[in-house]
Amino acid sequence: MTVNTSACEDCAFHNVNSLKKLGIDTTDVDFVIALAGNPNTGKSTVFNALTGLRQHTGNWPGKTVVRAEGAYQFDQKKYKLIDLPGTYSLLSTSQDEEVARNFILFGKPDVTVIVADATRLELNLNLVLQILEITNKAVLCLNLVDEAKRHNIKIDQRELAKNLGIPVVETVARSQKGIPELLSIVSDVASGKIVCKPRRVKTLSGSIEESVNQLTAEIEKQFPGLPNSRWVAFRLLEGDERITEAVVNNELKELV
Amino acid sequence: MSDKKENSIVQMASELRWKLGDNFHDKLTESLYTDASQIASKAIEMPGRERDYTLDSKIDRIVTSKTWGFPIMIGILAVVLWLTITGANYPSGMLFTLLIEKAYPALKTLSSNIGMIWWLEGLLVDGIYLAVAWVVSVMLPPMAIFFPLFTLLEDFGYLPRVAFNLDALFRKSGAHGKQALTMSMGWGCNAAGVIATRIIDSPRERLIAIITNNFSLCNGRWPTQILIATIFIGALVPASLSGTVASLSVIGIALVGVAFMFLTSWLLSRTVLKGEVSTFTLELPPYRPPRFWQTIYTSIIDRTLIVLWRAVVFAAPAGAVIWLVSNIQVGELSLANQMIAWLNPFGLFIGLNGVILLAYIIAIPANEIIIPTILMLTVANLNLAGFGSGDGVMFELESDLDTANILMAGGWTALTGINLMLFSLLHNPCSTTIYTIYKETKSAKWTTVASILPIIMGFVVCFLVTQLWNLLGG
Repeated sequence: MTVNTSACEDCAFHNVNSLKKLGIDTTDVDFVIALAGNPNTGKSTVFNALTGLRQHTGNWPGKTVVRAEGAYQFDQKKYKLIDLPGTYSLLSTSQDEEVARNFILFGKPDVTVIVADATRLELNLNLVLQILEITNKAVLCLNLVDEAKRHNIKIDQRELAKNLGIPVVETVARSQKGIPELLSIVSDVASGKIVCKPRRVKTLSGSIEESVNQLTAEIEKQFPGLPNSRWVAFRLLEGDERITEAVVNNELKELV
Repeated sequence: MSDKKENSIVQMASELRWKLGDNFHDKLTESLYTDASQIASKAIEMPGRERDYTLDSKIDRIVTSKTWGFPIMIGILAVVLWLTITGANYPSGMLFTLLIEKAYPALKTLSSNIGMIWWLEGLLVDGIYLAVAWVVSVMLPPMAIFFPLFTLLEDFGYLPRVAFNLDALFRKSGAHGKQALTMSMGWGCNAAGVIATRIIDSPRERLIAIITNNFSLCNGRWPTQILIATIFIGALVPASLSGTVASLSVIGIALVGVAFMFLTSWLLSRTVLKGEVSTFTLELPPYRPPRFWQTIYTSIIDRTLIVLWRAVVFAAPAGAVIWLVSNIQVGELSLANQMIAWLNPFGLFIGLNGVILLAYIIAIPANEIIIPTILMLTVANLNLAGFGSGDGVMFELESDLDTANILMAGGWTALTGINLMLFSLLHNPCSTTIYTIYKETKSAKWTTVASILPIIMGFVVCFLVTQLWNLLGG
């Protein structure tokens, strides 16, 4: 940890001021940030809050079907932000899920911000866990905490962060609450100041565990240092054509 | 392929997959759920009270109930339409005065002052400018009302309830329940509706949704419906009721569109697009108070202006074409008149006429310019004196009565009016939508099907209605 030079450093107001919304100007960026999450959790609202763009938002699942890009500047660094389509999982092969998954895997974002709805945390965690199988650098943006509060849901943010192995930030993106904190956490993860130790699914049921381990070992032999070898094994066992192709043409080498 | 076989990982994977059978997916999903619920139960401090949904579920019990679901849906549609129709009148009139009554003569004076050649002036001012001015004054106000209203409903969380209500019907017709959402988008703009089908997972059901999206009466077609309904159907009842009856008949046409959408989905899923209906979980999101001003702002900027820009881009060349076909002489007659004479027999056979068919050919880029094109062609064809300012000049008439007079002089009856309303619903998509369908399906075959199928249905339906009308001696 660096020593703070002034009290302003961790003051939210200061950080808001050092945010510069760059709209669609995505040239010469330092970091690429992906925005993922379940449908209807407010991803597009977070996207708009950071980039100053006005992606259409709406209260129905599946509204963002194309990838939207924008940029912002924070603490002298430029960030490109990609708003991925909202999905419930990354296990099927519908077009929106493939767009999201391929970007998190092959696009190698510096940080993946997972936006989750605090009022339906358990449902949202399914996708969070799937994303954490793919990437090591992620931040959970626990959105809609105002609604959660109204419905008497109390979430222990620290416990959640501990179990997931990634930073958790509470936000109300509609009214910009928590956005400054989100910005500084994202910048810390991007620069490597915070190192994540993401949770990988623990309770694999017996019959599949053996096969998964066997295949994972084989993958690691061919692609040493691949950060998501077990996930690749999952996909191959599901018969995923895109991933099979990536194994055959050695595309996975680039992910090491 | 040989590469694939040689790769030890791929080989091992396929062997293991064989051994595991097809329950791997379920097992993996199960593991994820177990982990997720463990983490959640540790982090949520008040378990068992995940969320108090009392109010939401009270509302849902009413808006998705068997008895009230459909009436409420149609009622909301009627209110949105009524607000759009009545609200758009006044600003439309103002824009018309400004762009056509004031600016158009000024441009004419300007071009003759600088000594512009007659045909260039005709092409630019009478053709392109008038087409664009018409589209702006007729389209901008209803869109600026319709889109924000629609977005407010969306923001509130009503759309997924519509999908929920219609799910059973979609299932029966072999289509995906999410098609309800893309269908509703189509009421705004079919091109947008086609893009929205990306939320549908299975390619088969997505194709059905794409092909049938055109049956959602799009924004560019509402004005045609409203005008013709006012002239021909509103006129059948006393004046005090005519507005209501006209609105109801427009809603009727929109519902006929929905019926055709179900019918076509059913036919496709029974024939060329056979397959299982996929199941999906539809999340009914919590109701949220819409952010009023922000919604108004973004829907005007994002939707209204973008759609308007598109219409303008297409209207400009169409205006030029209209002017050209009306002014290029082939033998004795203009090209337009030649084509009308050629199309007339078939047109009359199905209860329309040559003018309407030609108008739909010329106005393929934008449904919005159908009515002015029809009026202009009718006048040019009949050589009516005292209307408009010359051949190939688009104009709108001061009152519906004037419009009615021209159309009656062109041999129109109530039957022509009804058939035009049906044909406006059942014809090929506009060129933007056709292009979007091609981009989304990457298939010339399905793009052709999506373009030709509705127009064949339109011909058949108009023909049948005409036969029925004649049979009843109407």
